Amino acid sequence: MKNNGHKSASSATGLAKCPTGIQGLDEITDGGLPRGRPTLVCGGAGCGKTLLAVEFLVRGAVQFSERGVFISFEETEEELKANVASLGFDLERLVQRKQLVLDHVHVERSEITETGEYDLEGLFVRLNHAIDSIGAKRIVLDTLEALFAGLPNEAILRAELRRLFRWLKDKGVTAVITAERGREQLTRHGLEEYVSDCVILLDHRVYEQIATRHLRVVKYRGALHGTNEFPFHIGSQGISVLPITSLALNHEVSSERVSTGIPRLDAMLSGRGFFRGSSILLTGTAGVGKTSICACFAESAARRGQRTLFFSFEESPNQILQNMRSIGLRLGPLVKRGVLRFHSARPTLYGLEMHLTTMFREIESFQPAVVIVDPITSLLAAGTDYETKGMVTRLIDFLKAGQVTSLFTSLTQGGHALQQSEIVMSSLMDSWLLLQDFEGNGERNRLLYVLKARGMAHSNQVREFLISNRGIDLVDAYIGPNGVLTGTSRVAQAARERAQALATQQEAAQRKHELEGRRTMLEQQIAGLRSQYATEEAELRRMEEQGGKRTRALSAERTELARLRQADAQVARRARRNLKPRNKT
Amino acid sequence: MKGRTEKRRAAGSEIGTPKIWELRLYVAGQTPKSLTACSNLRKICESHLKGRYRLEVVDLVEQPHRSKSDQILAIPTLVRKLPQPMRKIIGDLSDTQRVLVGLDLCPAN
Repeated sequence: MKNNGHKSASSATGLAKCPTGIQGLDEITDGGLPRGRPTLVCGGAGCGKTLLAVEFLVRGAVQFSERGVFISFEETEEELKANVASLGFDLERLVQRKQLVLDHVHVERSEITETGEYDLEGLFVRLNHAIDSIGAKRIVLDTLEALFAGLPNEAILRAELRRLFRWLKDKGVTAVITAERGREQLTRHGLEEYVSDCVILLDHRVYEQIATRHLRVVKYRGALHGTNEFPFHIGSQGISVLPITSLALNHEVSSERVSTGIPRLDAMLSGRGFFRGSSILLTGTAGVGKTSICACFAESAARRGQRTLFFSFEESPNQILQNMRSIGLRLGPLVKRGVLRFHSARPTLYGLEMHLTTMFREIESFQPAVVIVDPITSLLAAGTDYETKGMVTRLIDFLKAGQVTSLFTSLTQGGHALQQSEIVMSSLMDSWLLLQDFEGNGERNRLLYVLKARGMAHSNQVREFLISNRGIDLVDAYIGPNGVLTGTSRVAQAARERAQALATQQEAAQRKHELEGRRTMLEQQIAGLRSQYATEEAELRRMEEQGGKRTRALSAERTELARLRQADAQVARRARRNLKPRNKT
Repeated sequence: MKGRTEKRRAAGSEIGTPKIWELRLYVAGQTPKSLTACSNLRKICESHLKGRYRLEVVDLVEQPHRSKSDQILAIPTLVRKLPQPMRKIIGDLSDTQRVLVGLDLCPAN
């Protein structure tokens, strides 16, 4: 419990696990099957029970150096070897190296007559011998229920089976017992009654004509386990379960950028394009140019020498090459140089698991830096939303682990639910570009938004998206009081605006002219007033001067008179001088 | 018997005739069931196949590898190797009638 890893934590709680090595199964069961105990694997015909059992032994021998015994009640050794050879399991070699024992137990009811008491000690002896001959740690009994068909006395058989499972536990081997799915019960003969430690249910369902395999851990005594139903596929590497809920989010991240091949789109993504190893979703209705953007991205990546793998579920490679030539993209030479590879398949050709297998195989063999899936929605037809999500998650996980930049297109239906159908996938994507049709004025135009781009300051603007024979370009859409205008209405609006600007300019000039006129007029008025003022001022001054002269003349006159009346004037002045202060007090 | 191969032959004249019955009885240790089966079989053979049979008793505890060749699961199992076709009779052989039917020996009237 002191360990921080969660596998070791679970083993620390007491239950030892026996890793199967099967991709995904160990994640669901948190480390594998219960060690030293029997596990029941049940399911209908053709579910992959035997295969799961064989893989458990083969991986045990090869990866965990635990030897195994395969007791087959149905197929002979030769049949078994041939059947699993297609999955790359070489049983013959393992048998020769004494890592595996194959034993075919054949029960033929018509040969057998029952006469009194018996037990299955012979089987025990046989198992014991097989286990001890190589020191096996794992054993598979496939399918034990064949005994019910072969032996007449069910009471004895049931008692012996109970003893068998007890004996297997005592022997300390990790056992896998396969059984047919029953109508009411998990197994046809109720084997789950005896094997109670771990029960795994396999299922092969056909939904809308497409078959998908599912795996569910019904029971796992004493341990936590994923209880969901998980889709799994059988590929060239064996079984691979898709545990969506337990995918670890621990990818390496890169700050390196990958150009989209469209300079203005790069500019919208803070100038440098997508992050390397990120996943991009491109959604849009039919005919908005999704494939063209894909081709553009593919071309620029391949031209830079990055290996690019293009999965097309709509068009054949030749069709894409030809169509893209019409917008000035020459992909042919890149294909010849081997930096660009196309892989086309009809989505309904086979089930989701098979698509996934094929894609994984292609990716593994080509080792691309960029992967394009056009469109991922075609695969929706090959499974339910949930399964597609599982598949996309798995694919994204796989690509991210390899630092592969991936571009997925998604075909949406017209109308309002444009973004709704993407809920399944959008949360898994790092960037989401939306292409939209804009209809008006008798034409359709294309708009492009960046809905999200994790980790970069992307543009929030709508751009008009143009496809010409010179390639793809983005232009600013007109955004004004009349809404967003595109195409010819954008051009018309621009012309209108130019005309308006010209008119405004002219009007301004006119007003300026008028203003100038008024100004001159006012200035003239000011000059007139000023001269009037000057005249009046001069008049005033003249009047003042005249006034002063008169005063002076009067005082001179008075002085003269005084001089003439000299004597009494002096007396009178003196008397006035003496009287004045007295009057005042 | 101790798991040892045990062969019995009739005393005289019938040696070499094609009507030799080859029987093999598989047991696992000296369990009561094994012992019962063994004695029951001897009785039946003596009364119905006297002098015309070969019997081998195989103890799987001592020879576990031999369980494979005759596809032995149940213990005790009696295998009729000859005459063809092969027949298997499981159980302690206490039901004589069924043993005779199983071995294709018409019950002696």
